[in-house]
Amino acid sequence: MSERAIPEAGGRREVRLFVLQRLSAMVLAPLVLVHLATMVYAIQDGLSAAEILSRTKGSFVWGTIYSTFVIATAVHASIGLRTILGEMTPFRGTGRDLLAVIFAILILGLGFRAVGAVI
Amino acid sequence: MAMSDAPETSGLGDLRVEIWRGEEEGEFRSYTVPHQTSQTILDVVTYVQRKLDSSLSYRFACRVGMCGSCAMTVNGAPRWTCRTHVSEVLEDGNRVRIGPLRNLPVIKDLATDMTEFFDKWAKASGQFRPSEPESLEFATVPPGSKERKRADAGIECIGCGVCYAACDVVNWNKDYLGPAALNRAWTLVNDARDAERDTHIAAVASDAGCHACHTHGNCANHCPKGINPTASIAGLKRAAFGAALRGKL
Repeated sequence: MSERAIPEAGGRREVRLFVLQRLSAMVLAPLVLVHLATMVYAIQDGLSAAEILSRTKGSFVWGTIYSTFVIATAVHASIGLRTILGEMTPFRGTGRDLLAVIFAILILGLGFRAVGAVI
Repeated sequence: MAMSDAPETSGLGDLRVEIWRGEEEGEFRSYTVPHQTSQTILDVVTYVQRKLDSSLSYRFACRVGMCGSCAMTVNGAPRWTCRTHVSEVLEDGNRVRIGPLRNLPVIKDLATDMTEFFDKWAKASGQFRPSEPESLEFATVPPGSKERKRADAGIECIGCGVCYAACDVVNWNKDYLGPAALNRAWTLVNDARDAERDTHIAAVASDAGCHACHTHGNCANHCPKGINPTASIAGLKRAAFGAALRGKL
């Protein structure tokens, strides 16, 4: 048997991350378009912050869209950051994974804080 | 006849050639070489070594694009020097800069140490494992089958290292197996005669293997054989996903 460069568990984890990143990208792509289109539409007629909030407060649809957006961003960005850390910094292994998880939690915290403010 | 015995006056003037001298530390030194018609970069290097500075070290063998030993960095891009005409790459009319391949340790001047490059083929489980090692019969693999076409698309690699030098991920991650080794693994994953195709997948499913590829496509862009290792690596990612679903990873 030839040398195995990688422990098998590492292979499974990489496949999971690969799938998660692509699935989160598939979720993000339409949501980014919805977000941009909404922003452009909302400012066309000079809506005030109060008028925008009156439309978003208590809205199940906007709450779902932006909550999904935040979760997909946390997953997608932290996996990407983990890759960049491995290539551009000395962080490898557990330290790198931990930093990526902290980054995901940070995005979730900030993201849901923002969602909570408008829904 | 030696390459450098060609007539030296062609009416094309002189080339201003800069060649890397030294090891990891070193400098580009300038040489003046007569420009000739149909002259290759390998002709230029050979002229310098035989006529101007016999201490210049470089590597070549076949001179016809079969052996894969003469790859160097020519005006910033990795190329086979034997199959690169000077006229294709000239800058400012007569300037050529020739250095060793990127991403590999320099032994001296233009010769790189390719040990890690080939060691990574072994790490990528690049050895064919026959399913019927005792058989004296030819295996029948239909030329039109999907797997055969995929294997054929990558099988002509001659291991020159051009893709490895072109790859930014190799530059960032020294453990990354690189386009050539992964392309080799992909040909085996698609080889109907191989007995341990899941083993090949397991060897490359990692963040130093197929999952490290950013799909920049520099390997495909520079491969002198027209192979697309980026596509092979994308195939390995799909194969790894499939192996994980089958519980083989």
